[in-house]
Amino acid sequence: MEPSLPRMRSTPSAPPSTEIVTLLRVTQIVESPTRHPAPTPTDHPVDERPWVVIVWNDPINLMSYVTLVLQRLFGYTKAKATRLMLQVHHEGKAVVSAGTREKAELDVSQLHAHGLWATMQQD
Amino acid sequence: MGRGIERARDGSFRVRLPAEERDVLAALPGQLREALDEGEPTLYRMFPPAHSDDDEANAEYAQLVGRGLLDGKLRALAELERTARADMLSEDELGAWLGGLESLRLALGTQLDITEESYVTFDPSDPDAPRLALYHWLSWLQEEVIQALGD
Repeated sequence: MEPSLPRMRSTPSAPPSTEIVTLLRVTQIVESPTRHPAPTPTDHPVDERPWVVIVWNDPINLMSYVTLVLQRLFGYTKAKATRLMLQVHHEGKAVVSAGTREKAELDVSQLHAHGLWATMQQD
Repeated sequence: MGRGIERARDGSFRVRLPAEERDVLAALPGQLREALDEGEPTLYRMFPPAHSDDDEANAEYAQLVGRGLLDGKLRALAELERTARADMLSEDELGAWLGGLESLRLALGTQLDITEESYVTFDPSDPDAPRLALYHWLSWLQEEVIQALGD
């Protein structure tokens, strides 16, 4: 979490009576957290890039097994699952699903439950 | 009739394996369970990290799903152990064979440092030859399960 900026009053406690006070107020208003809110966690721009789930090549899992798991977990056709499996095999990895962080976490845990080497990252 | 696994007309699966291979199949789950109890380090492959470069997120992930992953793998192993000598299996039981064989292959394959090369060369004088032969037999059996489930 970022350190919070010092809070400044948004309204003066007394009406400005001199030029100096007025000047000071103007400065305060310009820097006022009321106009420019101090960053808080919820004010941070949310990183909305989707999460992707990657399956990595490994020498133990059989090609037919990887295809079957991708079909069963994601409901992919045999053709699509085979294409992804071959991408894993030849290129070392393939993105097999994408979505929210929660969905990616669920997908990764199901791939792990089936023994595949999978990780998640923001694309 | 050949050996192996095939779908029967009623949707169950017929398993044809010699008795000595059944004995091996029934013994392996207990051995893996022991290794898991002892925290054998090569078993890390059964529980991969979810993030490539975020230790904190991986710790959270392990906390969240680690126990469930282990329980699921233990259930499949127990089911494989229970049905190792059965002639007929239900689809669920064969699914447990698929998962149990997967864990056995991951554990043994990691210990043997299996590479793509391991599938095309086999040196009988290798001190690991008996365990490599076991690994290849498990691979053959898992392939049988996959083909039968796909039929």
